Amino acid sequence: MATAEKNQLSLNDKLFTVRRKPLKESHIRLDKQLCKKCLNRICTYICPAEVYIWSESKNEIDIRYENCLECGACRVACDSIEWANPVWGTGIAYKNS
Amino acid sequence: MSKCEVVIVGAGPAGIACGYVLAKAGVDVVILERGQYPGAKNMFGGTFFADQMCELIPEFYTEAPVERFVAKKRYALLINNSEVSLNIDAEEHKKSPYNHSFIVRRSVFDKWFAKKAEEQGATIICGTAVTDFVWDDKRIVGVTAGTADDQDNVLLADVVVCAEGANSMLSEKTGLRNRLSMRARCISVKEVIELGKDVIDERFGLTAREGAAYEYFADATPGMLGDGFIYTNMNSLSVGVGVIISELYGRKNPPSPNQLLDRFKSHPCIWPLIKGGKTLEYSAHMIPMDGYKNLPRFYTDGLMLVGDAAGFVNNSICHEGVNMAMASGMMAAETILENRAQRRYDTKALRQYELRLKNSFILQNMKSSRDFIDILRTHKELLNDYPHLMKEVITRYFEVSDVPKSTVKRDIVRMIRSRVSFVKAAKTVMALVKGGI
Repeated sequence: MATAEKNQLSLNDKLFTVRRKPLKESHIRLDKQLCKKCLNRICTYICPAEVYIWSESKNEIDIRYENCLECGACRVACDSIEWANPVWGTGIAYKNS
Repeated sequence: MSKCEVVIVGAGPAGIACGYVLAKAGVDVVILERGQYPGAKNMFGGTFFADQMCELIPEFYTEAPVERFVAKKRYALLINNSEVSLNIDAEEHKKSPYNHSFIVRRSVFDKWFAKKAEEQGATIICGTAVTDFVWDDKRIVGVTAGTADDQDNVLLADVVVCAEGANSMLSEKTGLRNRLSMRARCISVKEVIELGKDVIDERFGLTAREGAAYEYFADATPGMLGDGFIYTNMNSLSVGVGVIISELYGRKNPPSPNQLLDRFKSHPCIWPLIKGGKTLEYSAHMIPMDGYKNLPRFYTDGLMLVGDAAGFVNNSICHEGVNMAMASGMMAAETILENRAQRRYDTKALRQYELRLKNSFILQNMKSSRDFIDILRTHKELLNDYPHLMKEVITRYFEVSDVPKSTVKRDIVRMIRSRVSFVKAAKTVMALVKGGI
């Protein structure tokens, strides 16, 4: 589809619209050894914020937890992902949704 | 360690409605919300079915931050680069109480509703994510927002209501439901796109507070069980797509939800409605797809599940969700009030909650559409082959040419015969009528 000519926002631009209170540490735990053997890596495409990126150079999953929209789809899609709600009011704070 | 009568986990429509009813009856109720404010973590498509709200606050829409009422509905099939749709523009729905259908933005609306519960006497504590329940043997006696041995963050209560939402992690911990499966949740993403009231009114044919709710199926999420939507806020549009998580699993070159949304937005029948706008916010949320046959158990000793946490979403074309959330929260509250004199909230007492659910539209509506998603899943032709065929039939029939209509009709009948088994189609339709819609 002609995404570019319709001048759509990139995902990074979209994520930039979301107000947040920064997390002090990652709320996502994952045994990255398991990912090496994972055939599907659904985390790399199920996430609306594309938090999980497979890094060829490091041969492991990079987790950009700061971008998380807290939907929980990753933990539903993958049993190995341990996901917790950000604590003390950190994380996303929608204003317009 | 502190103590109250009732603690509610989550300030969404279910939790707030529950707290509202309890506080009004004089109960010492605390609602714990993980967001900075009620609505901070909440998102939905756009339509709020409000009969329960009218029960609590009659004519709430005269004071609440409601964007518009739903004056126009569209059920559309996107087929390649085309669209075939059914428009509903009923005059009955354009006067108070507006068919109880309103378009709202949750981050604004939930905040307002929470304030209403506070006015009744409920205490709402934000920025507090409950991490677990506190147990006394097999009975739930409170919640904790820290680690198990961290007494400072424990709140004890006579009974707990879990309104944690679609990402039902606490409910899993109680054993009332299994760990969520990929089939049990839809992932939905949306953009709120600012366009200005005049442009929206003109593009959608609206005046004053009239709004439009458009739903798109078939190639809105090509080859996958999902849908797309556009709802008109006052000055912006909510534009989004949702797809069941299992539908993406194992697919060749699977798109991400964001890519599905971009594809939907750039569809030639969608783009003219949204072009020129500025994206104010991108958001994502899951939608329960448990369905009637896979609902969790609704209560245990000292605890009731309400709203999305209990899976109360009618996955038919009606999209009932917020109304069920509110109704279940109110039923949990009524169950508590009924047992308050004895202060007894064991499984025997809370069975009343399940009975209320069974006697209400919640479980009855979910039951009557119990097979809807299964039928769509097993009969992929319903959202693929049939819409494509229908579009070809319609375009062929309306094609302007000197071919006699009798020939056209004969061709159409041949076309349908070669591509549809009538026995199979009739069976599918029967199944849909019986347990689908």
